[in-house]
Amino acid sequence: MNAVVVENIIKTYGKKKEVQALDDISFEVNKGELFGLIGPDGAGKTSLFRILTTLLLADSGTAKVDSLDVVKDFKAIRKRVGYMPGRFSLYQDLSVEENLEFFATIFNTSIDENYDLIKDIYVQIEPFRKRKAGKLSGGMKQKLALSCALIHRPSVLFLDEPTTGVDAVSRKEFWEMLKGLKQQGITMLVSTPYMDEAALCDKVALIQKGKILSIDTPVGITEKFGRPLMAVRSSRMLQLLQQVKELPGVQDAYPFGEYHHVVLKEDDAVAPLLDFIRTRKDEGAEITVVTPDIEDCFIALMKTDT
Amino acid sequence: MRTLRFLLQKEFRQIFRDPSILRIILIMPVIQLLILPWAADYEMKNIKLAVVNQDGSEYARQLVNKITSSGYFELTAYTASYDEVLREVEKDNADVVLQIPVQFEKKLVKEDEAALFMAVNAINGVKAGIGSAYLRSIIQDYNREVRLEWIQMPRFSTETQVAITSSNWFNPLMNYKYFMVPGILVILLTMVGTNLAAINIVKEKEIGTIEQINVTPVKKYHFILGKLIPFWILGLLVLTIGLIISRLFYGILPAGSFLTIYVFAAVYLLAVLGLGLLLSTYSTNQQQAMLLSFFLMMIFILLGGLYTSIDSMPEWAKWITRFNPVSYFIEVMRMVILKGSTLADIKSHLLIMSGFAIGFNAWAVISYRKRS
Repeated sequence: MNAVVVENIIKTYGKKKEVQALDDISFEVNKGELFGLIGPDGAGKTSLFRILTTLLLADSGTAKVDSLDVVKDFKAIRKRVGYMPGRFSLYQDLSVEENLEFFATIFNTSIDENYDLIKDIYVQIEPFRKRKAGKLSGGMKQKLALSCALIHRPSVLFLDEPTTGVDAVSRKEFWEMLKGLKQQGITMLVSTPYMDEAALCDKVALIQKGKILSIDTPVGITEKFGRPLMAVRSSRMLQLLQQVKELPGVQDAYPFGEYHHVVLKEDDAVAPLLDFIRTRKDEGAEITVVTPDIEDCFIALMKTDT
Repeated sequence: MRTLRFLLQKEFRQIFRDPSILRIILIMPVIQLLILPWAADYEMKNIKLAVVNQDGSEYARQLVNKITSSGYFELTAYTASYDEVLREVEKDNADVVLQIPVQFEKKLVKEDEAALFMAVNAINGVKAGIGSAYLRSIIQDYNREVRLEWIQMPRFSTETQVAITSSNWFNPLMNYKYFMVPGILVILLTMVGTNLAAINIVKEKEIGTIEQINVTPVKKYHFILGKLIPFWILGLLVLTIGLIISRLFYGILPAGSFLTIYVFAAVYLLAVLGLGLLLSTYSTNQQQAMLLSFFLMMIFILLGGLYTSIDSMPEWAKWITRFNPVSYFIEVMRMVILKGSTLADIKSHLLIMSGFAIGFNAWAVISYRKRS
């Protein structure tokens, strides 16, 4: 049983349809899955979410949420999805409690009825329930927004960049909360520009310029990388990158944190690289083998695509 | 029903929590109604008069005395040199110049005829027109007096004379405040309706809350009613405050019934609120909404018959006023307050206003979309 089915969705903006936001996108999300949509800003994540939450009409293609068509059955969909937009969009001049109560009532339910679902999240902001939503800190606003999106017990929850602009600790906490919600059987679609968050999802879709580059489990995606990957560093990083790129057998090299990641064309291409590093010992050159993560895969996919 | 009740509850909470809205609603009418009617005065007083008296005779002095004692003129310059006075005009120290030429008295006595020269500073057209008219009538008056002094009037006048006595209906004392105050009240109501409603919805767009509402099962008409009703009530509240002020400070008590005013105002508010909703669907931020409603406000006020009579407008402007809801309400207010018109008298106005209300709201509902 699929919670979300997207088939050949195309969306363009502009009078002459010159901006291609979504280019023939198709994917499926299973019930109860935590599905990550990973991609840089402007990849089309928000457009896709707005189509799935019935706020935006696609140019062509079909999409189903809970087996309901987003165009024909939009009324039914609105009753059963939760949407947390990227921007905090609750009433700033209403208190925490009033916001929650308001969203509960317009979904024809009450806080008490679904309290068990939001309890773990809401208890953290409950001490501030009389405070105006606009006066909350970033992390608390996010918790309130999640509570409001959950209060009607949606079957599918859409979270558009929930962790953008949130500190590392709160981000981690937030993903813990999502895991808790998964236990309750809620299907979740999360979009994020942070590659490291991809590993926390059941399944991820890498999206770039309106196209899906790859869909798999996080492990599946990294396994598909299929080429040896090395990390190098020295005291003269900029120069090192230039020189490594010119070595035979090197497919690609790019800065990656404190290191440069070097993708090799094949396994036996490692020798020239090792030799090169050895000649740079005086510059403190180092080399290690690394296992590719989602970001490496993304960079590789992005480069093969263009 | 339950949804609507909660939407209303939320709306009222937000309104009462926003001190600026409350200030606008309570203080704006008080200030505007207390100050504006005194300033928006058609009567011309303190017209600056410069006299060039080159005659210096007894008659000339009498004439100047008569003019200055009328109360309309303020003598700002009194010399014998025309050039000097012209400079005063340039400095804006004189609106009207009266020149009494040399041998004014002599000619008047000897030749039964004397000329006076009047020059008017026409930068302010209204002031110039009214000032010269006042001056002319004072001089004519003076002329008659002089003749009376000389000619021994026969028992029956040889000339046929028409004497005019006038009586001002509906506003016997021609108190301009009686028709200004109701007009200003109309403008106030229009502003509360259009501006507040438009800005309120656009604000939800700006903050993004409208998006959050759009993904809920809230129905379109629920949302729109949730916005209309609070401002409708606020509008009637403003009207009540305005009527109380009119009674307390200007002693204006409608000759007609309050019910007539409220019935029309209720329909009128629906129309302007509909217009506000319409503006909000076409603007994406508060600035746009503000500018749009300012633009419309200017047209509504200047083509609404508040300051200038619609009857004296050119034909094309009259046509525009027919599409201006403000002009109907101003007319109705004056009819009810001064003339005591009843619901039956304003039937056609009420019908047209209902048309406006239905038209604007229908247009707004159609153009408001929950999805793009």
